[in-house]
Amino acid sequence: MATTETISNAAPAARSAGMPTLHKAIFAVLLLVLVALPFLVYPVFAMKVMCFALFAAAFNLLLGFGGLLSFGHAAYFGGASYVAAHAAKVWGFTPELAVLTGTAAAAVLGLAIGFLAIRRQGIYFAMVTLAFAQMVFFFALQAEFTGGEDGIQSVPRGDLFGLISLQNNLVLYFFVLAITFGGILLIYRIIHSPFGQVLKAIRENEPRAVSLGYHVNRYKLMVFVLSATLAGLAGATKSQVFQLASLTDVHWSMSGEVVLMTLLGGMGTIFGPLVGATVIVTMQNYLATLGAWVTIIQGIIFVISVLLFREGIVGVISRWLRRPL
Amino acid sequence: MIRRLAIGTAAIAAIAGPGFAQDAMDVTLGVLNDRSGTYADLSGEGSVIAARMAVEDFGAEEKGLNVEILSADHQNKPDVGSNIARQWYDQEGVDAILDVPTSSVALAVADITAQNNGVFLNSGAGSTELTRGQCQPTTVHWTYDTAALAKGTGQAVTQAGGDQWFFLTADYAFGHSLEENTARVVEEAGGEVVSTVRHPFPATDFSSFLLQAQGSGANVIGLANAGGDTVNAIKQASEFGITQSGISLAALLMFISDVHALGTETAQGLQLTEAFYWDQNDETREWSARFEEQHGAKPTMVHAGVYSATMHYLRAVEATGSTEGEEVVAQMKQTEFDDPLFGEGHVRADGRVIHDMYLFEVKSPDASEGEWDLYEQRAVIPGEEAFLPMIDECDFSQQAG
Repeated sequence: MATTETISNAAPAARSAGMPTLHKAIFAVLLLVLVALPFLVYPVFAMKVMCFALFAAAFNLLLGFGGLLSFGHAAYFGGASYVAAHAAKVWGFTPELAVLTGTAAAAVLGLAIGFLAIRRQGIYFAMVTLAFAQMVFFFALQAEFTGGEDGIQSVPRGDLFGLISLQNNLVLYFFVLAITFGGILLIYRIIHSPFGQVLKAIRENEPRAVSLGYHVNRYKLMVFVLSATLAGLAGATKSQVFQLASLTDVHWSMSGEVVLMTLLGGMGTIFGPLVGATVIVTMQNYLATLGAWVTIIQGIIFVISVLLFREGIVGVISRWLRRPL
Repeated sequence: MIRRLAIGTAAIAAIAGPGFAQDAMDVTLGVLNDRSGTYADLSGEGSVIAARMAVEDFGAEEKGLNVEILSADHQNKPDVGSNIARQWYDQEGVDAILDVPTSSVALAVADITAQNNGVFLNSGAGSTELTRGQCQPTTVHWTYDTAALAKGTGQAVTQAGGDQWFFLTADYAFGHSLEENTARVVEEAGGEVVSTVRHPFPATDFSSFLLQAQGSGANVIGLANAGGDTVNAIKQASEFGITQSGISLAALLMFISDVHALGTETAQGLQLTEAFYWDQNDETREWSARFEEQHGAKPTMVHAGVYSATMHYLRAVEATGSTEGEEVVAQMKQTEFDDPLFGEGHVRADGRVIHDMYLFEVKSPDASEGEWDLYEQRAVIPGEEAFLPMIDECDFSQQAG
């Protein structure tokens, strides 16, 4: 009962008023912060945070709103980063074309894997996605063009649209900002569209959604492909930032890391994955000098978050404010 | 105090040296390696200690160099490593990056170093690409590379009578190239490759492969793999009594820290190539004892390489009075070094450091007199033979001139 009420309440609200004022304000503040950020912290680090934020947000689209736990998102993230790196280095594509090629590759991969994976549910779904991601990993390890364990190195930072050089970190930063901010707004739009409402209905009660006449599998596949595509967008962008694509990006631990980011930030919230990604990446970066402590601290934080605030950081704030964030 | 010293050294420098140091010159070194994962024992904190010892032994302070050492964990991830490297060059004023095991990270750092005109003193990574396909005028590759290990082990073992080889190869690019390099050396030395088996990466169960090896008629099993795979294969070979049955094991990428972890009981009879062993002569023993005092373990060849590289780098900085990457590296290539740890050697025009390599055999528990008394030296591979010849594209001496 409760779920149908929220759906029927939320849908007209979203349609009539557009974005709620609170969300508008948060996005505006976020944009301001992001514009000022490269002057405050190291731009390459900020770009990394943004790439992972988009990755986590894409993953959250599937887990938080589609209710599908994928353990293989590294395949799309890393797969796209390999394709984008290869396109920029070997085929000489301009950065925006390389990113698009990588993203398209992730979409195709997502369609193929999603088509098979959504036939199973729960833990079986997770295992199927993990198995396919491992296949992608071994492909990356063995294939000629991926360079094995060396990865694809020294990818050129080309000229945007063939005109603007991305050699300068600041210029590149705004290129990345445009991509990730656009990606996140797109995710927001998807969640608040009628399509997103149906997704939530399927997540809450699949048999009921079926009985209402929705083709549940079609919706699931669509959200799977969207999530894979956006994860690919993040991965492709990252390969342009770091000028490399490597096995780290397709390794299963990357799939685990994005789950951690999403859960820590707040699953099923809009801003949660961004917060989660920021926290994790910042920790990895600034605690790098502490050596082995990074993974230990990361583990402790995860345990604390599971024990004390299961809704994640933003989930808890959202409960205090009594508003969806 | 520091200022007074600086003025003193400046006066001396003005009379004696080519440097025109008016004040203490700041040099910042960054030790970037694995401090939490598989390579933490062979590089890790030990490399930081080795670099610090080099700075002290060089007498940097007295010579007017104000050296600071930073360190960070790249977690064996190229993106983490390249982020740190960029940040070090752009924001922390780092002049040289040291160590960097894991070839994917090392190649990324080599690239960034060239862009920023820093110096990359590699000791931890083994990829030959660093001085071949992806060579840079600012890269100096110390200690070892996979080709030198293949050459040392392949040639010396074959000449010592181990001429029927069976390769146990990790099934990915690194394993393939290690196998290929070694097989070539073995055949040149008059040996024969009896059979080859590829195992998945990573693998835990080697029993069927080892039985295959036993039945193949080979007298040497070449382990063309690394890290946990090598350790597992050696453990299982010991359980199967392979070495007792007259077949020797040759590890193509292994470090003293791995042998120490395995113990002589398991690893006895294993043959491997290294660039440095603590118990070679009085100088290595003295240095290693000082190292052990601070670190609690004997140095690996990677640690020794970091020390030696830092020394040679600081000499070049002192001579040129500059920290500009290409200039310092050119100076490093011009002067030969005679090192307490590596002996005589020089930096070739492509950045490859040429020094002798050694074939060791792991002692049996009876012959070993202490926890670290692990190796018996079997052969010396002269530097000129050990490393691959230079390729023309990487001959920076001509491009610079």
